Order: sequence, then structure tokens, then C-alpha cells
Amino acid sequence: MTKTTGTVTGVNGNMVGVRVQGAVSMNEVAYIRVDEKRLKSEVIRVRGDLVQVQVFEITKGIKVGDPVEFTGEMLSVELGPGLLGQIYDGLQNPLPEVAEKAGNFLEPGVYLDSLPRNKTWDFSPVAKVGDRVQRGDLLGTVPEGAFSHRIMVPFGLYGAYTVRSVRPAGAYRIDEPLVELEDERGNLVPVSMVFRWPVKRAIDCYAERLRPVQPMVTKNRIIDTFFPVAKGGTYCIPGPFGAGKTVLQQVTSRNADVDIVIIAACGERAGEVVETLKEFPELVDPRTGRSLMERTIIICNTSSMPVAAREASVYTAVTLAEYYRQMGLDVLLLADSTSRWAQAMREMSGRLEEIPGEEAFPAYLESVIASFYERAGIVRLRDGKTGSVTIGGTVSPAGGNFEEPVTQATLKVVGAFHGLSRERSDARKYPAIHPLDSWSKYKGIIEAPVVEYGREFLFRSAEVGAMMKVVGEEGTSLDDYIVYQKGEFLDAVYLQQNSFDPIDAAVAPERQKRSYALVLDVLSAEIAAKDKEDARQFFYALRQKFLDLNGAEYKSERYAALEAEIRALVAGRKKGVDPRGARLIERLE
Amino acid sequence: MNKVYSRIESITGNVITVKAEGVRYGELAEVKTRFGASLAEVIRLDEGLVSLQVFAGGRGVSTGDEVRFLGHPMRVSFSDDLLGRIFDGAGEPRDGGPTLSENLITIAGPSVNPSKRIIPREMIRTGVPMIDLFNTLVKSQKLPIFSVSGEPYNQLLARIAMQAEVDIIILGGMGLKYDDYLFFKDTLEEGGALQKAIMFVHTAADPVVECLMVPDISLAVAERFALKGKNVLVLLTDMTNFADAMKEIAITQEQVPSNRGYPGDLYSQLASRYEKAVDFSDAGSITILAVTTMPGDDVTHPVPDNTGYITEGQYYLKGGRIEPFGSLSRLKQQVNGKTRADHRSIMDGMIKLYAAYKDTLEKKSMGFQMSAWDKKLLRYGEAFEREMMDLSVNIPLEAALDKGWEILASCFEPQETGLRTELIEKFWPKKTA
Ligand SMILES: Nc1ncnc2c1ncn2[C@@H]1O[C@H](COP(=O)(O)OP(=O)(O)OP(=O)(O)O)[C@@H](O)[C@H]1O
Ligand SMILES: [Mg+2]
Repeated sequence: MTKTTGTVTGVNGNMVGVRVQGAVSMNEVAYIRVDEKRLKSEVIRVRGDLVQVQVFEITKGIKVGDPVEFTGEMLSVELGPGLLGQIYDGLQNPLPEVAEKAGNFLEPGVYLDSLPRNKTWDFSPVAKVGDRVQRGDLLGTVPEGAFSHRIMVPFGLYGAYTVRSVRPAGAYRIDEPLVELEDERGNLVPVSMVFRWPVKRAIDCYAERLRPVQPMVTKNRIIDTFFPVAKGGTYCIPGPFGAGKTVLQQVTSRNADVDIVIIAACGERAGEVVETLKEFPELVDPRTGRSLMERTIIICNTSSMPVAAREASVYTAVTLAEYYRQMGLDVLLLADSTSRWAQAMREMSGRLEEIPGEEAFPAYLESVIASFYERAGIVRLRDGKTGSVTIGGTVSPAGGNFEEPVTQATLKVVGAFHGLSRERSDARKYPAIHPLDSWSKYKGIIEAPVVEYGREFLFRSAEVGAMMKVVGEEGTSLDDYIVYQKGEFLDAVYLQQNSFDPIDAAVAPERQKRSYALVLDVLSAEIAAKDKEDARQFFYALRQKFLDLNGAEYKSERYAALEAEIRALVAGRKKGVDPRGARLIERLE
Repeated sequence: MNKVYSRIESITGNVITVKAEGVRYGELAEVKTRFGASLAEVIRLDEGLVSLQVFAGGRGVSTGDEVRFLGHPMRVSFSDDLLGRIFDGAGEPRDGGPTLSENLITIAGPSVNPSKRIIPREMIRTGVPMIDLFNTLVKSQKLPIFSVSGEPYNQLLARIAMQAEVDIIILGGMGLKYDDYLFFKDTLEEGGALQKAIMFVHTAADPVVECLMVPDISLAVAERFALKGKNVLVLLTDMTNFADAMKEIAITQEQVPSNRGYPGDLYSQLASRYEKAVDFSDAGSITILAVTTMPGDDVTHPVPDNTGYITEGQYYLKGGRIEPFGSLSRLKQQVNGKTRADHRSIMDGMIKLYAAYKDTLEKKSMGFQMSAWDKKLLRYGEAFEREMMDLSVNIPLEAALDKGWEILASCFEPQETGLRTELIEKFWPKKTA
């Protein structure tokens, strides 16, 4: 088959028109030749022999008549050992290597191998000659960091195959043929450790999808206790600028109880990625004792990098996540921000002169967002193991108003909503997840009725707070005032968490439960107080002790002492106990 | 190369089209009109038809005017000769000095490879407590001042520029009032900083397309100095004028607007400028302080809104003060852990109490009885506004922290502040009888 070629007919921003000779397919990759450079692009519309491509580079310098080569391949990524610890751009170019080659700036047209070709991996074969295999089946393993990386039948090999030869255990480069497969017509197919997969297609080599039920612990109290996320689930964090979306994702990327974390920095600040990529190599993953970087992949297409590659970056990220899921691992994908991805679609749609929907977003926005989040899930693989991809995306709504297309489309499909509020972040109440508006459909680390008890106080306290604004403190009964103080107390000592405190930043489930039990001891107590001022004094003293407790190392002497002091403080004021609360505390212990 | 075309096919707003061949996207051309020559930039290619944006505007352009393509994109001369000079948005001298033409560099180049950046780690001291204490400015930060028009934002910008220890100051003025232009010039001169300053100034009277060039020219020059190891401070005022210029062009181009007439790529356009702020691993740095005026004092207006999503915080200027709410330096935690042990806690604690003060103020305005606690808060809020927020306060960070403890101690009991016991033991002012 001869390669399709074409010539440039027009340039409008990063969209280029091409007249083609030969066959082209949608989402095919094409290279525009500009002087000595080849600029990568993707076909996004075909009309007769006139094709529109989006260019993943600055388009300056392109002229009408420049030659274009079509590759016949869809936009795809390389899958194989060596992905962990990498820092890629949206098209899977390794950025540190690009810097070595091209210097300080991202010069257009520099494309490098995603996986190092000179490195060798210790291969242990699993498949035997004569085995019947299909796509995704295990052929062998290589150690990659703390994991056993599975070498699998490439996902693109549809149909049934028989293993004809397997190389013995030993060190090989990723592109050396290791296994020979024979298809049903007798053709031999060599298989190495690396293969490609188109990013816009979900990887589907598993037996069945399961319901996400097991909590994915983030060590964030308000999330794990109140608005939990499940392994294989989806959640979104919408919030106005500066409300704390990125910080929340950063702490989650460090502390989440998963095997692998993929960070997709999509159209946001470069500086934020730099923090991660400089700090992670120094931090230790408590699960493996190795550096955090060894369980992390960063896909970095920040706001000043070309917009078309930004659109591709979330797909690159989710494809890598699915790949590791196929190894029976739990993967967390954090995308910041999905709104920038949606805007990239909007820019392109505008240049294609499509009929715009709301706020000029394309009409297909909702379905594209839905099918992206659909790529999350927990699956049972054909060998019985389970693996999961959890997706958490931030949303940056225009004007901080959640009634906008991207937030609304996302809320329709996710399993948990962590809505950040401007009032809370202004008042430095971090994480600024709104405790009344947010929700989750997943099970958390604490039973629902026990959680509900605390939440009721938040609602009632907010009611009293609102009422007090109308009738004043003097028009509020002492009982109501105490309810108000209880809600404020729960908020201050449990919902708020200091991400920059070495101890408070990450709280394991066991400590969360113990801490919550202590909070419930306060909430369920009938507090004796002379008047409101007396009640306020009491709650402030209690809060002070509890904040000190939050900063104390778990089960240290200081922790035990502070806990005892808090119990004593409460006992000194307790004139009775709400029996329902007492029963729930028992269930916790 | 330099082909000359003498027939202009269409003129819409500031955009003209010419039938031409072999023209590159982004290339410059010179258009000769009866009012003189103007540069123009290629903004669209469609088969044989080339669309150009004329810097001096479309007014007075005739279909018979000559268009000569220059074969290169927009460039600016770069050398130490720039220091102390003043140019317009097209890079032409504004100060009567000689035109510079050697060592031409392309503007709006590719972005820095993120792996060549380093984590910002140096505080820029300004003497303004609302900045140094509560929202520390950091070298290589990009930070706008959100302001209602009429606020002294250019004064604040100039004051920070004069206090900051940087090698080079570049001022990019967009739609600047002539008086403000003179104000900057005089301030730099009086402070003896003119010799380390370069100004690219588009005034309200200049053609709108030239406004679009100002950030790119300023930042391209800044980038070169940074690569030579210099620490550069870029002041951009007013970015809302820049965005409005973009909007104007987009509308004449009949692009589908996304929000209040602004083009859908407003975010990307602003980001590609602001992201030029950088601390290089093996060279100097660029810090960007910009002004974004908010039409109708509305932060949700597309320009401040998109800006806030891009920059590393913002200073919210209102009523002649930097507001604690809405103001934010996102890089502050990179530096405020190393200043003084009480810095972070005072920063958070005082703001939480100020928020409570605002609630009380609301209650008071509705005529409710003030509790003992409310009264304390009222006293606190007033002291805070007077001794911290007022822009005339000019003290170093350490003095501001001490002042913070003093204010707290004069209003509250220690446990009412929500501060941790060990800090209180160390810093709470001892009662002097
Ligand atoms: N958990 C937290 N603890 C302390 N400070 C926080 C926390 N979360 C956010 N902040 C403060 O708020 C600032 C902004 O947070 P962040 O960068 O996460 O906002 P964002 O929602 O991602 O904004 P944008 O949409 O503009 O990216 C941080 O730099 C930090 O100063
Ligand atoms: Mg963010």
C-alpha cells in the first residue's frame, strides 16, 4: 500500500487544511513538512479530498503548498515496561529527554521514543509453546520498580493465537522479539515487550466490569469519612480559581491508597507540575518504601503548550492507566483540569465552524465527557485478578458558577462530587469542600448511619447560623446555640485539615475512626452551660485541644494525653447523652 | 523574496486580504498607505488568499495600496542598548532615540520545557504587610492586581517595582493613559531605576493592534535577559485592554464568541503570556506583575476570571487597600515556612478572625445586640484594617509579624485565637503591667 500524501491549502490557528491524494482515516496522524521540521497533526475532519488536521505544535511558518505525509496510524501511545516515573507531554514525548536534546524550550517537531530503547529488562517467560492465547493474555513478566510488569499479548491482536516460540529468561531490550505467535491462518507474529494502542479507544481486554465498592482511601478526613471515593469509581472537584483543587489533588496523589498514580496536568500551570516532579523523587511511598516517583507517571501539557496536544493528553493518561489496570493493579488518574480539555475541544470546534452549543462548547461535549469517565472502572481480568482505574477530575467553571456546561455534564456521570466553595477558601477553611452541597454514592470507611449523625449536626448548625443572622444571637435559644457550636466544632477539627502540616496532612483510616468517635462523644453529649458566652468559651477550649491533638503523632504519649484531656473536658460538662449517638459510637468501636 | 502585491481584495476592520503565494503563517508584511507604512501580520491562509492584521489599523487603507511580505515573523532587537529606552507596541522608539535593528529575535516563541524549570524559592520583599505577611510575592511568580478602575493600581505596581531587588524592569503598557505613562517614567527616573528599565508602551491613543504586541515583545526581551542570568520583573498594565483588543479582532473576524463576546481561546491566549514567568534551572528568572481592571468590579467577568485560573494568585485592590479575601499568593508556601516559625499560623489565624469580624459587622449592621465576643471581634477588625491593611504601612515582614501578635493580644485571650499552644507560649506578648 502506498502512503497517502497531501499538500497544505490553508492555515487558521492550529487548524490546517490539506488536500489529499489517497485514503485517509479519521484521527489518523499526519506530518506537515515545514523546512527541515515535521510537525505532528491529527485528522479531525474529512470532506472529499479536503481534510482538516489539528496540529500539535505552533503553526507559524507553515505555508500553502507544504507537503503532508499521512501515517495510516491513529494517534496512539507506546505501552511497555519503563512507563513508571516518566514525565511526558500530551503526546507521550519524554520531557527530560526532550530538554537534553533541544534545550530550554519546547522546539516544534522534536519527537522522541517514549520508552528507552537501550535499557534491558529481566524477562521471565510464563507462556509455553503450544499455549492458546488471545489479546491481553500473559506471556511473561519483568520487574518494574515494586511491581511485576506483565508482558501481554498486544491488545490490537484480535483473534486466537498459538504460542510458537518463547525466548528463555534473560535480559532483553523492549523492542526485541520474545515470543512468536501464530494466528489461525498460519501467519507468524513476533511479539516484544512494547506495543502501541490508539488513545481514543478504551482498552477492553477483561472478563467483566464490577461494581466499585471498596473505598479508595485518600487520608483526607472529609473525603474518606463524608464523601468517599471507591476504587474504580469517578469523582470531580469543581471550584472557582484558587479554591484548592490542585492542592487537593496533589495531596491525594501522594497519599492515595493505590498502586499507581497518573497525573494529567492538562492546560494548567507548569509550575505546579514542577513541584510534583522535583518533590516526588525525594518522597517515600509508605506502601513500598520506594520513592513516590516510582509509582507515578506525569502527563504534562500545561496551559502554554499547544492546545491540540492538550486535548490528546487526557486520553494518553487514561490509556496508560488502563494498561496498568490490565496487570491487576489499582490505578488512580488525576486530571487537572478537565475544563481546559473541554476548552481545547471548543477552540477546535470553533475553527471547524461547527454549530456551537451553550457557551460556544460543541454540542457533543456531554457525550465526550461521559465516555471519558466511562473509562474508569474496576474489572475482573480473565485470570481472575481485579484491577481498577479511578478517575478524579477537577473542573474550573467560568466565574465559579457550577451551572455551566462542563460542570453539569460531569456531574451527570461521576459517582462523587467534591464541590469547593469560595466562602470556605476565603475563610481559609481547607480543604474547601462544601460539606452540605457535596455528595458521594460510594461507601466510605465509616458506616453511613454513623456518618449521617455528624452530617445532621452540620445541617442543623448551618440552619441555626442562618437564623442567627436574622434574629441575632439574642433571639436564639441556648440549645440551638449549642447545636450551632457543635457543627462549627465538627467543621473546625474534623472537616478542615491542614495539608501543610506533616502530621495532619495524611490521616489513616484507623486514626480517622478514632478521631471521629471522639467528635461524636462531643456531639452526642448534652452540654451544661450557664449561657452562650459560657458555651462558646467551652467549645473554643475544646477546639484548641483538638487542633493540638490533630498535630500530635498518632498513639504518641502526647496524643494519649490530649485525648484524655478532651474526654475529661467533655465529661465535666456532660449532663446527659443522646442515646442514638451513644449507640452509633459503639458501632464505631 | 520580498514580493510586492498592489491589490488588496478586502478590508474588514483591521484585517485586509491579499491574493499571494508562498506566504508563511505568522509572517510580517509592510503595508504602504497614504498615511505612511505599517506592519501587518498574517493571521490566516486560505488557498491563495492571505489575511493580514494591520498594526496601524484598517482606517485609510485603500485597495490599491502596496503590500510587501518581509519573509519573517515579528521580531525585536535585543541587546543591552535597550536599557533605558522607550518603545511603542510595534517596537519603534518613542523617546526620540535611534531605531535598533541588530540581533533581531522572534517574539512569542515556544514555551519552556517544564523539566527545565525549578521550584520558586525566593521571597520578594515589598514592605507591604498584606503582601509580605499574608500573600508573599515570590521570584518568578505571575501575579495580577485585580482592581476596579480608579484604584491606585499603577502606584502600587510602581512601588513594588521600586522596592523589589531585580536586575531589570520591563514595563509593558497597554492602552495606558498618557499621564500614567509619564508617572511610570518619572517614578523610575526619580528612583534612579531608569537605566535598568525598558518600556514598551501602547497608549490609549495608539492603534489597537499594536496593543496586542506589547506582552509578547516585553516577554521576549525579558526571556533573553533571563537566559543571560538576569532576574527580570515584567510589569504589564492593563491586561484587560489587551483582552479587549483581542475581542475586537475576534469579532471583526466573525469568530463565535464564548462568553460576553470574548473569543473561546481567551484562556490559552492569556496563559501563553503569563506562563513566560519562569525560574530557569541554569539561568535567571522572570517575574510578572500585571494589572487586570475588573469591569463593574466583577471578578467573574471573563478577563479577571480567566486570569485568576492562570496566574499564581492575585492581589485584590479595593478601597485603596489590598483585600485579604480574594487576594492570594499561591507560591507563598514555598517561602513562608522558612521566614519565621509563626509566619504561617499568624497568616491563617488572623485571616480567620478577620472573616469572623466581617460576619459580626454584618450582624451589627442589621441592628443585633453585640455579644462579648462580637465586641472583641469589632475591636480586632478595626485594628487589623488600620495597622495591617492600610497601604501607607511600610514595614518589614518581621515587624509585621510582631505587630500581628500585638493586635491579637490586645483583643483576645490566647485560646480564642485558634493558634497552637506552642506558638502562643513562644510569641504571645507578655503582659506588661
Ligand atoms: N488544603 C490546603 N491547605 C492550605 N492551603 C491551601 C489548601 N488548598 C489550597 N490552599 C491555598 O490555596 C491556594 C490555591 O490552591 P490551588 O492552587 O489548589 O487552587 P485551584 O483550585 O487549583 O485553582 P486554579 O483553578 O486556579 O488552578 C494554594 O496555593 C494555597 O495557598
Ligand atoms: Mg489548580
